[in-house]
Amino acid sequence: MKKIHVTTTINGKETEFLCELRQSLLEVLRDVLMLTGAKEGCNNGNCGACNVLLDGRLVNSCLVMGAEVQACNVQTIEGIATPQGLHPLQQAFLEGAALQCGICTPGFIVAAKALLDQNPKPTEHQVRHFLAGNLCRCTGYDKIVRAVLQAATS
Amino acid sequence: MKDIDYAAPKTIAEACAILNEKGDKARCLAGGTDIIVQVREHRRDIDVLVDIKHIPQVNALNYDPSKGLTIGAAVPCYRIYEHKEIARAYPGLIDAAALIGGIQIQSRASLGGNLCNASPAGDTIPPLIALEATCVIVGAGAMREVPVEKFCTAPGKTMLGRGEMLVQLKLPPPKPRSGAAYLRFIPRNEMDIAVVGAGVAVLLDDSKQRCSAARIALAAVAPTPLLVLEAGAALVDGALGDALIDKAASLAQAAAKPISDMRGTAEYRKHLVGVLVKRTLNIAIQRARTG
Ligand SMILES: Cc1cc2nc3c(=O)[nH]c(=O)nc-3n(C[C@H](O)[C@H](O)[C@H](O)COP(=O)(O)OP(=O)(O)OC[C@H]3O[C@@H](n4cnc5c(N)ncnc54)[C@H](O)[C@@H]3O)c2cc1C
Ligand code: FES
Ligand code: FES
Repeated sequence: MKKIHVTTTINGKETEFLCELRQSLLEVLRDVLMLTGAKEGCNNGNCGACNVLLDGRLVNSCLVMGAEVQACNVQTIEGIATPQGLHPLQQAFLEGAALQCGICTPGFIVAAKALLDQNPKPTEHQVRHFLAGNLCRCTGYDKIVRAVLQAATS
Repeated sequence: MKDIDYAAPKTIAEACAILNEKGDKARCLAGGTDIIVQVREHRRDIDVLVDIKHIPQVNALNYDPSKGLTIGAAVPCYRIYEHKEIARAYPGLIDAAALIGGIQIQSRASLGGNLCNASPAGDTIPPLIALEATCVIVGAGAMREVPVEKFCTAPGKTMLGRGEMLVQLKLPPPKPRSGAAYLRFIPRNEMDIAVVGAGVAVLLDDSKQRCSAARIALAAVAPTPLLVLEAGAALVDGALGDALIDKAASLAQAAAKPISDMRGTAEYRKHLVGVLVKRTLNIAIQRARTG
């Protein structure tokens, strides 16, 4: 297996890792760095469970090669809560029961954070449009959308 | 994924050297939203991914109202639609760039990748054709420029030869009283592959009641995206109105050679061509009159 040494910033911390050239960023996060918050749902770009922010942009980490993040800035679900407590989105998901099995939840929260960072007061339509790349097999989406709108008011 | 190599050349020459040496076993990596999935699912057998995003020309986006638009082949969709001047000057292109996949895909997916993937349903290809974009291709030290409508040769196949890559797409500056639009039909609201797509561009005369030039291009109705010259030509022949638009739409329908598959029957696709060509023409004419 061919490997490459990569230096990058993950959740604000400079991080070095050795990854196989064939590994995706999702595989690096989960299997090399043990950051298992990002989930593998489809592994082909359709479900959003693997969402992370790459240099501030929302991406599917299953569609980024690990070798590509040299000198980049990666934010994962693990970096969203602070020592002071949960992020308002996490709190709203919890209080609004916006999850059942929870597999999709990290992706939805990272995606919703990307939305609120650029549009702090979205309409319901804007929330639904922005989250179109995230799939949930359990909740029927309604509680997720309401949780995001709730977090936007706090 | 199988064991592969990853190269991140900094110049076009270096990239072309790898592509030339490895032939079919090397593929460019732009946004990766097609190629990573294809390699992972064993639909393409390659030995090396050539990440072209570190090559300055391939990652640059430049707009000059007098010279036009140059889009580096690997520039992701969001950079195009978030650029205010470009969004104002090329709304027909933005229609397509803003509907590929979802937000996550648009963070990565490029127009160059959409074109080089050569899907008959590639959403950005009809508006690029309608807007008379040209492809700047470089290989083995030589450069050539070809119209976008010539680029795709069969499903998944392009005119790129061994060692060649797409460097840029060039669009002429928008003329006064011109307008363009792209629409696709999908069974859901977001995140699907076009059953049919239609991209059109019109240029109106001083009166804004007649069309002096028009181009109509279709997706997902033939092995490659299709430019229907005769449909565009029909619009130049008289006062703009429903009759003329209907005529262009039926010529586009006649040129469409769709197949039946799980997304729709050939008959349904022909019907959709008529509907979408009329709708896009009305939007493009409106944009040309008010723009
Ligand atoms: C969930 C999902 C939704 C999608 N939705 C849509 C959609 O709505 N509409 C649509 O049209 N497509 C869609 N796609 C397909 C894909 O996102 C687009 O085709 C995209 O534009 C590809 O661009 P890319 O930069 O990611 O290409 P890549 O995957 O990097 O490359 C695509 C192909 O082109 C080749 N290539 C790339 N750049 C060059 C170059 N400069 N020179 C030579 N060869 C090159 C690559 O080797 C590869 O074969 C979707 C994909 C996913 C996963
Ligand atoms: S696992 Fe990446 S989008 Fe589904
Ligand atoms: S909570 Fe189970 S997939 Fe969304």
